[in-house]
Amino acid sequence: MSRVEVRNLWKEYGDQVVLERITMDVAPHSFVSLVGPSGCGKSTFLRMLLSQEKPTRGSILVDGQPLADEPQPDRGVVFQKYSVFPHLTAVENVALGQEFARAPFTGRLFGRARRAALHEAGALLEGVGLGDARGKYPAQLSGGMQQRLAIAQALARKPRILLLDEPFGALDPGIRADIHDLMLSVWWDTRMTVFMVSHDLREAFYLGTRVVAFDRPTEKDASRFGARITFDIALDPAAPIKERLREAEHGSATDELGEELAAMAAQADRDDPAPGSTTRRDDPASRDGETA
Amino acid sequence: MTRLVNRHPDRPTRLLLAMLPFALLIAAYAIGSDLRLAENPNDKLLPSFRALGDAIERMAFTPDKRTGDYLLWVDTVASLTRIGGGVAIATVFGLLVGVSVGLLPYARATLGGFLSAVAMIPPLAILPILFILFGLGELSKFVLVFAGIGPFIARDIAMRVAELPTEQIIKAQTLGASTWQICTRVVLPQVWPRLMDSVRLSLGAAWLFLIAAEAVASQDGLGYRIFLMRRYLAMDVILPYVAWITVLAFSFDWLLRALQTRLFPWFALEGGSR
Repeated sequence: MSRVEVRNLWKEYGDQVVLERITMDVAPHSFVSLVGPSGCGKSTFLRMLLSQEKPTRGSILVDGQPLADEPQPDRGVVFQKYSVFPHLTAVENVALGQEFARAPFTGRLFGRARRAALHEAGALLEGVGLGDARGKYPAQLSGGMQQRLAIAQALARKPRILLLDEPFGALDPGIRADIHDLMLSVWWDTRMTVFMVSHDLREAFYLGTRVVAFDRPTEKDASRFGARITFDIALDPAAPIKERLREAEHGSATDELGEELAAMAAQADRDDPAPGSTTRRDDPASRDGETA
Repeated sequence: MTRLVNRHPDRPTRLLLAMLPFALLIAAYAIGSDLRLAENPNDKLLPSFRALGDAIERMAFTPDKRTGDYLLWVDTVASLTRIGGGVAIATVFGLLVGVSVGLLPYARATLGGFLSAVAMIPPLAILPILFILFGLGELSKFVLVFAGIGPFIARDIAMRVAELPTEQIIKAQTLGASTWQICTRVVLPQVWPRLMDSVRLSLGAAWLFLIAAEAVASQDGLGYRIFLMRRYLAMDVILPYVAWITVLAFSFDWLLRALQTRLFPWFALEGGSR
């Protein structure tokens, strides 16, 4: 549960401006959905929140403190894939965080400490519905179960901020619905501030308490202008979630914005990769998400 | 009519087919040997199976008249010690250097280019240098095997480590891992099965360098014996030796593969060996 302030953030790769003038205040325990066409820099933004990349200009503050310059356990992450370690079983994947914390040199717990860590990890697995899969390797789990595992693993160090990079993009719709509900209850129980990159507007509105859209202001000379925040829609976190979704779909208040966003998403699908855009930074994984 | 690409042999057929090339080779040898021996009973090029058997009996199960040693076993022990030592040093070197280069940007900047250059040096071209530097004893043979495969293993491991998804390394950091912990809990466990692959692939080259070193300067060893026997055109000894080396090399390959499946079940699940 943390307040996040983004102050006039720019990201450039050489001559290419990816993001410019990004400023936002995020209240504690928000669920921020980041949407926008491919290559608009939303994943880059997430990587900066993760300290995987550094902003060219501007700063990010968490509870008033500047972000550490490398990834830390205060910020958990779930990627679209490769989030879990293939050589560890489900329960070992989740216990790993505790082992890192308590065994600085070996990174490995033994005896009673190990049993305790595994027990704790087992409870987390139960919580995400993977109680029966504790001894299985990730390759033996379905895509949805792997993402559940990744969520449990990210929770192990009790991060205050959780970053999700299209975590459900590759999942089947039915499985997605279940894991959405899991995500919401996790978010609610842990009081984390969540940032989620998504290509799916329905998902963005369903899960988010706030939907932030990135886009470039102009079509030509795209690389000279970075993407900015084009829409920033606060949704009432208190409104029952299903209601918010219905609102998003049939929309009264957000009707106009919803259409605009839908058009944007349609365009992203059409010209993917967007010409002159930052596809270089947009890894193939995130593009898979659109087709899924 | 099913397409050829869709037709799979059943298990007994597969076994039979797998043995077929071996059987053909042996049959071809037997025929060739018979024909030549029928023409000239003293022909040395393709000795009869009986002559091969006699040679094996002489080399493996009869003490040498001069030294009282069983030559095949003495040679085998000498060669295995050399190749084992060389491969072991190369593996340790390859692991340490490869993981550092693959994981640490500073190590990559320092050693990456150097390693690529060194790996291009033909090991046999520096054989004379090794003999001058390290003498004609055991050391130069270890060094040749090491120089032949060490850089290859290091480069291979560096590439395998670099291939690990960035997501994993980032994820480990968000779980609080230090560089050392990333190394011991994320990278090394995933490198072990790949290291075994790398060693398997380099074993062929290791034998090549071992036999080259033994051929040039040695008192014993499988390579030494083959080149010694060449002077007498003693094909009846050379052929069993070659077969024996093949059996040894094949066994190691098989053993490493079996160990890999046994020790790293997750690796096969992920898509496994080449």
